[in-house]
Amino acid sequence: MAKPFLAQLGAIRPKASADETSLRVIQALGFLFLTLALALPLASLLLRAFEDQHGSFVGLRNFAIYVTTPSLVRSAWNSVWTAFITTCVVIPLAFAYAYGLTRSCMPGKWIFRAIMFLPILAPSLLPALSLIYLFGNQGMLRWMMDGGSIYGPWGIIGAQIFYCFPAAAILLSVALSTADGRLYEAAEALKASRFRIFLTVTLPGALYGLVSASVVVFTLVVTDFGIPKVIGGQFNVLATDVYKQVVGRQDLNMGAVVGLVLLLPAILAFLLDRWAHGKRTATLSGRAVAYRPKPRLRRDLPAFLFCLSVALALIVIVAVAVWGSFIRFWPYNLSLTLDNYDFARFDTAGWQAVWLSVKLSLITAFVGAALIFIIAYSLERGPQRSFLAAPLRLLATIPLAVPGLVLGLAFIIFFNHPANPFGIIYGTLAILVLNSIIHFYTVGHLTAVTAIRQLDPEFEAVSASLHVPIWQTFGRVTLPICLPAIFEILVFLFVSAMTTVSAVIFLYGPDTKPASVAVVHMDEAGQASAAAAMACVILAISLSAKLTQLLVGGLFARVTSAWRR
Amino acid sequence: MRFILLALAFIGLAPMAEAQQRTRLTVYTALENEQLAPFKQAAEAALRDIEIAWVRDSTGVITARLIAEKANPRADMVWGLSVFSLLQMEAQDMLEPYTPQGAEALRANMRSSRSPMTWTGMDAFVSAICFNTVVAQQRNLPRPATWQDLLDPRFRGQIVMPNPNSSGTGFLTISGWIANMGEQGAWAFMDRLHENVQQYTHSGSAPCNNAARGEFGVGLSFDMRSVTLKNQGAPIDIIVPTDGVGFDLEATAIMRGTRNLEAAKRLADFTVSRTAAELYGRFYAMLALPGVEPTVRGYPAEFAQRLVNANFAEIAAARERLLAEWQRRYDGKSAPR
Repeated sequence: MAKPFLAQLGAIRPKASADETSLRVIQALGFLFLTLALALPLASLLLRAFEDQHGSFVGLRNFAIYVTTPSLVRSAWNSVWTAFITTCVVIPLAFAYAYGLTRSCMPGKWIFRAIMFLPILAPSLLPALSLIYLFGNQGMLRWMMDGGSIYGPWGIIGAQIFYCFPAAAILLSVALSTADGRLYEAAEALKASRFRIFLTVTLPGALYGLVSASVVVFTLVVTDFGIPKVIGGQFNVLATDVYKQVVGRQDLNMGAVVGLVLLLPAILAFLLDRWAHGKRTATLSGRAVAYRPKPRLRRDLPAFLFCLSVALALIVIVAVAVWGSFIRFWPYNLSLTLDNYDFARFDTAGWQAVWLSVKLSLITAFVGAALIFIIAYSLERGPQRSFLAAPLRLLATIPLAVPGLVLGLAFIIFFNHPANPFGIIYGTLAILVLNSIIHFYTVGHLTAVTAIRQLDPEFEAVSASLHVPIWQTFGRVTLPICLPAIFEILVFLFVSAMTTVSAVIFLYGPDTKPASVAVVHMDEAGQASAAAAMACVILAISLSAKLTQLLVGGLFARVTSAWRR
Repeated sequence: MRFILLALAFIGLAPMAEAQQRTRLTVYTALENEQLAPFKQAAEAALRDIEIAWVRDSTGVITARLIAEKANPRADMVWGLSVFSLLQMEAQDMLEPYTPQGAEALRANMRSSRSPMTWTGMDAFVSAICFNTVVAQQRNLPRPATWQDLLDPRFRGQIVMPNPNSSGTGFLTISGWIANMGEQGAWAFMDRLHENVQQYTHSGSAPCNNAARGEFGVGLSFDMRSVTLKNQGAPIDIIVPTDGVGFDLEATAIMRGTRNLEAAKRLADFTVSRTAAELYGRFYAMLALPGVEPTVRGYPAEFAQRLVNANFAEIAAARERLLAEWQRRYDGKSAPR
């Protein structure tokens, strides 16, 4: 699709306007923020890769030791192929699901939209327990394993598919949710076949979403150590190598080495992102007519059945864990009890941990969503050639590739340094908030970027020619249109902060222990049912946040997109 | 009106004033959850002006945190952490030298050999076998009494143990074998055991938890864990093998750079006291302070004797090498079975 003439004009702005300057300032502030909260902490940890434990410089010696360890290549290869298979399964699943949600007229869309989130609404321990209850050696569906064991690569892939599905589905449904109806009308008028329309209109429109979803899933699998730790048995991957170095051997220097190796996917992700960026086409131009699917049984019925089966699979996994929170002891005493919810019996913090998590997540969500969206906007609509734009983009993609435990340690080393004036936030709730925003920055950023890219720059160009300041265009046009995406980011941050463990486990203080950490502690202490119970409380809170979003979002959409009709 | 405000101000300030008098000590620990409340209660009862704020996590996480915080320590003390972690921190000069009052009474191999001391022991915990009796019946597994029994081919693929490179419990297990069988003998034993091991887990508590759930027949873990599980109704027996056990020492130390050195010293004094030792004895069978009768049950009588001669410093010094050797032998070739 050729770019609208005005948009091209917009792209070649001859001289810096006030708008451009303000966007440039926001870019600079965003860059400063990510430098302070991400680049410097990471650098201070990764520099340790070149030191020995006493802090003297040893050059590449640690790398030499690491490369000669025979298990490295195997771990790297294991990481890559499990991540590859997971991506190959998740992306088509998530695409089909998102397609059903956005491009069909099937009934119950909003329920499917809520269910799609189930996997990330609870700490990862919950699906892990559930997989054990279902497919473990005493599992209810053990016969399906055909003598195989879930403790190994296939268990990892199964659990990762479950866990990565929501992230991919979010990105893809945002990508598919806005489309120019005129393109479809034109295609139909030209008698293009449905398949051809799909290939030439739908797919290119969602290309950026597809690329970023694949990158996100691949990187999530590579960096996650929670699932391989619980269910992977002795199947080594890079993320468990970091865990071994840092938590097992307390060798921060070698941990930093593996952490650096894990950054490679981030660089790959960045390059892919740039490539997709070059190919982007704005699908929603100023004259766009929002695409509204018309009921068509031959598309709607399969879409409905597909979404129903995916949704059922997700529900079963969660339901098993909910049931697991009410039993006394799997699998030998299945009588039901409410005792597991009396958390003070298992953990001194008791219910306090839950309220702390709610507070943490609320602050993370509101502060984080505002920051992420504004920075993404300044990047997409601000000066592209500015020397800050490319590094800012890279910074925004990095968090995805940083395993939580590397980020947690990086925060300790940077913020706990005696000379750091920001050290006052150490040990407080503030550092947990900052850590959570950074840890989940990339998915939020990509969601924002995907949404903003679907708006034609023409909006800004027209505003500029009418002498409307950009913040007005932002407030009156961009924000309302992107509101669904912003809600999405808000809730994503909320639920992620409710469930995160890997980074905050290094950062919580005596009075700031979150519920997600308490879940891990109870499970480690052999109190699986209590752990499941607290995971279910987290699930209930996250689920209500999600449902609120859908409700409010639905109302908002009715009001704000009235103009499109 | 003014009076009411004044009264309100007083009500508001009174508890604060009281709180200010107490020194708040941040204590990092790897103790079990159920131990935290009684330990805190006892210490605060003995030292009325001290308040304990726990940060509890697994040994690996807490140690990694302490080492990462080295430049600006946040913990005032460590109470209840593996001696191997403390020796590692000692080597990095992170511990404050201080000999708590009465620490000389502790068994010689269960306290720091430096003067002044850098750490003091509390109790020893030992590796144990979690044996699922229901699974054993189904799969016809014999009940092991010794480590050697685990080499029986009937256990092939039935044993789960923690990976010593990921878990302190794993290291405690292999260090026990090395101490009991000599290094050569221990590697030979592990070579054969490897044939029967189904999985090396990253978490130290997973083997016992999974044995309790019937996922596997035999989990190698440590003694405390098993009790919790048994109380919930898991059909497991806790077997402390008769041919020598692995052991680890729980210990206490003051962090160098603490902002509350005086209070920390007084808490350190308490941790080596008789009152404290009796408290440890409710959970552990082998105490650092001789002459205190442990009240915990279920340990073989001669158990304490086997531990007395353990040389923790020597094992800690060899840790790096042993872990690397273990990784070379068993981690590399582990194609998932």
